[in-house]
Amino acid sequence: MTTAHADGLERPPAVTGATRQEPPARGAVRPGRRRARSRGSRQAAAWGFLLPVVAYLGVFYAYPLYRNVDLSVRHYTVRSFVQGGAPFSGWANFRQVVHDPAFATAMRNTVVFTLVSIVFQYALGLALAVFFNHRFRLAPTLRALFLIPWLLPLIVSASTWSWMLNSESGVVNYAFHLVGIGRVDWLTSPHWALVSVIVANIWIGIPFNLVILYSGLQNIPAELYEAAALDGANSWQQFRRITFPLLRPVSAITLLLGLIYTLKVFDLIWIMTKGGPGDSSTTLATWSYRLGFGNLLPEFGPGAAVGNILILIALVFGLFYIRVQRRQAA
Amino acid sequence: MSKRPSRSRRHTVIGVVLTAIMLFPVYWMVNVSLTPQGDMRKDPPDLLPLHPDVSGYRAVLNDQLPYLWVSLLVGLGTVALTLVLAAPAGYALAKLRPRGGGLVGLLLLIAQMIPGIVMAMGFYGIFLNLGIMNTWWGLVVADSTIAVPFGVMIFTAFMSGIPDELTAAARIDGAGTWRTFVSVVLPVSRNATVTVALFSFLWAWSDFVFANTLDSGGSLKPITLGIYKYIGNNNQEWNAIMATAVVASVPAAVLLVLAQRYVAAGVTAGAVKD
Repeated sequence: MTTAHADGLERPPAVTGATRQEPPARGAVRPGRRRARSRGSRQAAAWGFLLPVVAYLGVFYAYPLYRNVDLSVRHYTVRSFVQGGAPFSGWANFRQVVHDPAFATAMRNTVVFTLVSIVFQYALGLALAVFFNHRFRLAPTLRALFLIPWLLPLIVSASTWSWMLNSESGVVNYAFHLVGIGRVDWLTSPHWALVSVIVANIWIGIPFNLVILYSGLQNIPAELYEAAALDGANSWQQFRRITFPLLRPVSAITLLLGLIYTLKVFDLIWIMTKGGPGDSSTTLATWSYRLGFGNLLPEFGPGAAVGNILILIALVFGLFYIRVQRRQAA
Repeated sequence: MSKRPSRSRRHTVIGVVLTAIMLFPVYWMVNVSLTPQGDMRKDPPDLLPLHPDVSGYRAVLNDQLPYLWVSLLVGLGTVALTLVLAAPAGYALAKLRPRGGGLVGLLLLIAQMIPGIVMAMGFYGIFLNLGIMNTWWGLVVADSTIAVPFGVMIFTAFMSGIPDELTAAARIDGAGTWRTFVSVVLPVSRNATVTVALFSFLWAWSDFVFANTLDSGGSLKPITLGIYKYIGNNNQEWNAIMATAVVASVPAAVLLVLAQRYVAAGVTAGAVKD
């Protein structure tokens, strides 16, 4: 990763020496001081370029996050939300959500949703990547077409899946009917709602895994396979002994990124089931949103508390991801 | 080696079948969008649009056109804001290497991990206090938070590949840092610019969370909310809903046809080092 560059790197002296100072009026400075001055002004220029983004991060990331933390430690009503002056309530919101019976359900659903999604996305993505690694006609075109589910707006995919999984008129139940399986209430029965959103989410995530793992496969030298083939290794042995081990760094990154992305998934579940029926497909993300915006009487405090718990979980895996990535870059 | 051609043909056949399975939902969306309303709940459903009916698309023209314009505006605004912020920052991190730049890079990486709903809730309070709810540019600001960290990452990765000799030469010719950036670095960073622009447009166009939270009350709603309201209001007219979905997918399709290599580059850039 390039963002991991050690900062404060000296520029090569030869270049600094050859650099004519700008603006030219400063040319009057003595050479020795000129170099020091040059480094200082380079720092200033560098920060000039970086400042807009730093200010942006402060205003549009740090401040909303601060507001969110503030929401979670105060007792807000609709009125105090607009006018301010909500009383400080410490951990009360957190205690409330943790003791809510929906918490265990949302936690369990989040874990199931995330783990099942990334396992299938990864396995199918890897199988497809190995498949597309063969040279055959149309391969680049077909590989490009596989990107479509990932590029579609989530509301498009979610509403399409909703209609496909419709109990009475959905094409999925029609296909099941053809092979002799009875009607399944995909989105309206508590047994199947979570399964349904997981299936749709796997479909959306396969392209991401395919593209990353495919580019990882490209970096494995072909000679290794040729040598293995000469030694009589079959395709499965080649996969087990060469592809899989050499792909491990890329796999680690793919799985961790998948984990972080999947924890955040909200649109898909909200549009397909709103987390229901009951809490059967509620995850931390949809629960947080429902608390804050889904009811007539918004519970901003508890909603923000759930959101902050979600951030903490995402950050744990996020820091883990950064560590893995840095170690690979080193 | 002699059986190569037949194996290649077999691979092509399998590949086509797999792609067809993968894209079945997309086909089904198009099929339903062309199904007459009366046949919508027919059993068995029509697997092919043998009697295509464009009334769903007529409904899009009547109801959804303003939403499409808003989405276009928000998308382009997000692209502009993202490029203006991300390109200079990428240059600084890649080439100028300010003290503390590594920390900024790390913060940007962490920023990408924050769930959208949390940001939405924070923005909701701020927008309410400032009275900028239901404005298109408020949505641009919120949507840009999805794209800016990614944009900086792409620009940094790309620009650190630009040879130092190139910028040094510009300096020797008397160009300042800004001139070097504008007339040397930016022109050679075209690929990164296209990638960042594509993704920030696509993300802003597809955004649902921010739109539903920050822009659901006014008249200037984006297309994602147009579809969502459709599902909520008349959940029987699925041909109209799917027709809107098809129209909303057009940018993704255009991107895929015109800029496939940029798309693949964008997906991998964050995840895999060369």
